[in-house]
Amino acid sequence: MTDDVVHEFAMRCPVPLPPGDRIVLGHGSGGTLSAQLIRELFVPVLGDPLHELARLGDAAVVDVEGVRLAFSTDSFVVTPKFFPGSNIGELAVNGTVNDLAMMGARPMFLSAALILEEGLEMEMLGAVVAAMADAADRAGVGIVTGDTKVVERGGADGLFITTAGIGLVPRGTEVGPERARPGDRVIVSGPVGSHGVAVMSRRQEISFAGDVASDSAPLTGLVQAMLSAGEIRCLRDATRGGLASVLNELAATSGVSIVAEESAIPVLPPVRAACEMLGLDPLYVANEGVAVAIVAPEDADRILAAAREEDPGAHASLIGAVEEGPTRVSLRTGLGVTRPLIMLAGDQLPRIC
Amino acid sequence: MCLGVPGKVVEIYEQDGIRMGTVDFGGITRSACLEYAPEVDVGSFVVIHVGFAISVVDEAEAARSYELLAAMGNLEDIDLPKTADGVPAEHYRPGATGTRR
Amino acid sequence: MKYLDEYRNDGIARALLDDIARTVTRPWTLMEVCGGQTHTLIRQGIDQLLPRDLELVHGPGCPVCVTPLALIDEAIEIAKRPDAVVCSFGDMLRVPGSSEDLFMARAAGGDVRVVYSPLDALEVARRNPDRTVVFFAVGFETTAPANAMAVRQASQLGIENFALLVAHVLVPPAIAAILVSPGNRVQGFLAPGHVCAIQGWTEYEPIARDHGVPIVVTGFEPLDLLEGIRMLVTQLEQGRHEVENQYVRAVVRGGNRPALDVVSEVFETCDRAWRGIGVIPRSGLRLRGAYRAYDAELLFPRANGVPASESEICIAGDVLVGRARPHDCPAFGTLCTPESPLGAPMVSSEGACAAYFLAGRRREEVGA
Repeated sequence: MTDDVVHEFAMRCPVPLPPGDRIVLGHGSGGTLSAQLIRELFVPVLGDPLHELARLGDAAVVDVEGVRLAFSTDSFVVTPKFFPGSNIGELAVNGTVNDLAMMGARPMFLSAALILEEGLEMEMLGAVVAAMADAADRAGVGIVTGDTKVVERGGADGLFITTAGIGLVPRGTEVGPERARPGDRVIVSGPVGSHGVAVMSRRQEISFAGDVASDSAPLTGLVQAMLSAGEIRCLRDATRGGLASVLNELAATSGVSIVAEESAIPVLPPVRAACEMLGLDPLYVANEGVAVAIVAPEDADRILAAAREEDPGAHASLIGAVEEGPTRVSLRTGLGVTRPLIMLAGDQLPRIC
Repeated sequence: MCLGVPGKVVEIYEQDGIRMGTVDFGGITRSACLEYAPEVDVGSFVVIHVGFAISVVDEAEAARSYELLAAMGNLEDIDLPKTADGVPAEHYRPGATGTRR
Repeated sequence: MKYLDEYRNDGIARALLDDIARTVTRPWTLMEVCGGQTHTLIRQGIDQLLPRDLELVHGPGCPVCVTPLALIDEAIEIAKRPDAVVCSFGDMLRVPGSSEDLFMARAAGGDVRVVYSPLDALEVARRNPDRTVVFFAVGFETTAPANAMAVRQASQLGIENFALLVAHVLVPPAIAAILVSPGNRVQGFLAPGHVCAIQGWTEYEPIARDHGVPIVVTGFEPLDLLEGIRMLVTQLEQGRHEVENQYVRAVVRGGNRPALDVVSEVFETCDRAWRGIGVIPRSGLRLRGAYRAYDAELLFPRANGVPASESEICIAGDVLVGRARPHDCPAFGTLCTPESPLGAPMVSSEGACAAYFLAGRRREEVGA
C-alpha cells in the first residue's frame, strides 16, 4: 500500500485515516503502528547518526574511545502500579537491564526519572522506590542519577518512570537483530503471556483471580550463560506485542523466514485459561522476563541446556527454526498446517465472538 | 458470537439479589452470574459467556459422545487429561493434546 | 482445561478428516454461521485439510461485523458527550463507523471503556452516578440474556443512569434470508452452538424442512467442527435434511428456559438492518415496555448529521452471506487490512476477512 493510494482513497473512503491525525493507544503496543511511528517520524526527523535507531535492537551499541557500551532507555506507564508478581518499580529496573543484556552487555548503571501526579500517596511512592532499590540490587546495577517532576492532577495516572542504562559489551560479542540465517534455531527462555495476564487480572473492568504472576526478572545471568554456551546470532527481550512481535521484528530485520511449532511454545496453564476466557492469543501478550534467542544450529542443544540451568530459564524451549524463504513468520499447528503469524496493528482486545 | 468457555463452579453466593458463582477455568477464577443455570451445584461445569453461565455441561452426554470420538483416534497416542480438573502438567503446550512428547 | 482441551486432540482430528474424506462423493457447499467457528476453522487450517469437494463459505455470524453503521456512529456521538460513558465489548472498538471508530473517539477525549461483561458496565454506572453509562449491547441470541439481566438489575436496584444501545441480531431469520437470496449456493449449515444453547433448535426445524437443507448444531473446537461437518455431509450424501445436534454437551432442543424468559421480559423482536446486507424483517431485538426507559436511542436522539455511509469498494455484504469469499474482494489485503479496514469483517478477529488475512490467505493460495 503506497502513500499515493492512501491519499487518493481518502477522498471517497469514509473510513478513518490511518494514524497521522492523532496518536492512538495502538502506537504504544509494539505492533505495526509503533514500528510505523519509528520508521516514519522518529528515524527521519532525529537523524539516527549511528544507524542504531533503525536497527531496532533492544539497545544501541556505541563505541566510546575503543570501549563498547550498550545504551538503552524505556518508559513505564503500567496501571495498576502493583500487580501479581511485580510492580512498576521493579519493571522499570528490569526492563532496562534486560534491554542492555540483550546486546550481550553487562548492565552497570541506570538513571531513573519519575513523573508524579499531584495527589499520589507518599506511601505508594515509597513502595515503588523501595522496589526499584531491591530490583537494582538483584540485577547488580547502581541507580546513579535521576529526576523528579510533578504534574497536575490528571496528568500522569499516578506515576510514570523512565529509566536509561549503560552496560559494557565485551570484545567479541556480536549479537544483533540482523544476524539470523537459514538453519538457525529459535529458543524462548520461558513461558509466554504471564506478565500481560497478571496486569490484566487487576484491571477493574476485566478482573479475575488466579495463580498468575508477572515474570519480570533480570535476565543478565541467563543471557551470559547462554552466550558462553555457544554462538548466538540474535537476542531479543519479548515485551509488549509478545513473542509474535519479536519473531516478526527479527525476521524482518534479518530478512529471513521463521517457522515456530505451536505445540513447543510454553504457556503456563492459568495464563492459557485466562487467554481462553478473554479470547486472547498468548503469543501476542506482553512479557517482562522472556528472552528470544536465534542461535547457531550446532550449538542449540548446549545453549538450551545452559539456559535451563538458570532460574528464569527453567522452562526454556526450542520452538522453531529459521528457513530459506521470503521474510515472514509462520506457525505450524498440531495438524501440520502452517499459517502466518503476523504482526498486529495495535493491542489485542478481549472479544465476545 | 459467542466465545463460551467451560469452567467449574467452585462457590455459589448471592449478590444484589441474583445468584452468582465463582468459576474456575483451570487455574484462574472469575465471578459469573448463575441465574441461567439454576440447577448447578458446586462442582458442576458450566459454559461461561460474557460473565454468565449460558449452559450446564452435560457430563454424561459429553463422556458418551467423546468415547465414540476417541475410538476413532489412535488410542495409543491419546494423552487424555488425568485429573478431575484437566491438564496436570506444570507446563502447558497449546496444541499438544493427543501427542506423546 | 476440561471440556476444552480434549476437543483439540490432533489424532482424533486426523481420524475425523479421514472419515469425512471417505464420506464425500461429490461437491457440497457448507456454511458455518458463527464467527467463532470461522475463527477456529481458519486458524487451525481445517478448511485447507478438508476434501477439495467441500467448499466452506462463511456466514454473518459476527455480530460485531453486522452491527448497523448508524448505531456505531451513535455510540461514537454519545461517547463524546461529557455527561456520558460508553462501555463496550473489546471487539467493537475498532469497527469503523462513517468516519471514525470508538478507539478514535477515545483518543479525541471520549470516555470509552472496554468491559468483559454487561454487569461490569452496570458497576461503572454505580460508581459514576453523575453520568449516564451506555452499554453497547451487541450480540446474537447468546448475549441477549446477559444484556437483559443487566437492564433488569438496573431496574431492580434503582440504577437510573444506565442505558443500553441495543444492536442485537437473530440468527434464524438471517439463515432464511440467505437461503432465499438469489445465487445462494449453501446446501447445509453448521448452526452456532452457543446461540442454540440459549434458543434450542426448534426454530431451525421449519427452515430445514421448508428449504430442504440439513442443519447441524455445532460447537467451536476443532473436533466439534469436524464432527459437525461429518454429520452434515453424511446427511447430504444420504439425501436427508434434518436438524441434528453435535454439541450434545451444551445444547438441548428446548434451549435455556430461564434465559429465554428474561429475554422475552426485557426485549421484543423488531426489524433490523444488518450492516452490508440490508434490513431483515424481525431479525433484531429492542427493549420493550417499561424497559424502554433504558433505551439509549431514546435518551440520546441522534443528531441529524452526516448520513451513515460505507466504503464503495467493501463487499462485506457479499462476504457475510457467503456469496463471495474475502479474497474475492479487490481491496482484500491491499487497501483493506486490519490496520486500515474498509468494512467490519476485516476488523473483528472473528470477521471472515480478518480471519483470512490473519491466516495469510491470498487468492493464489486458495485452489477453489
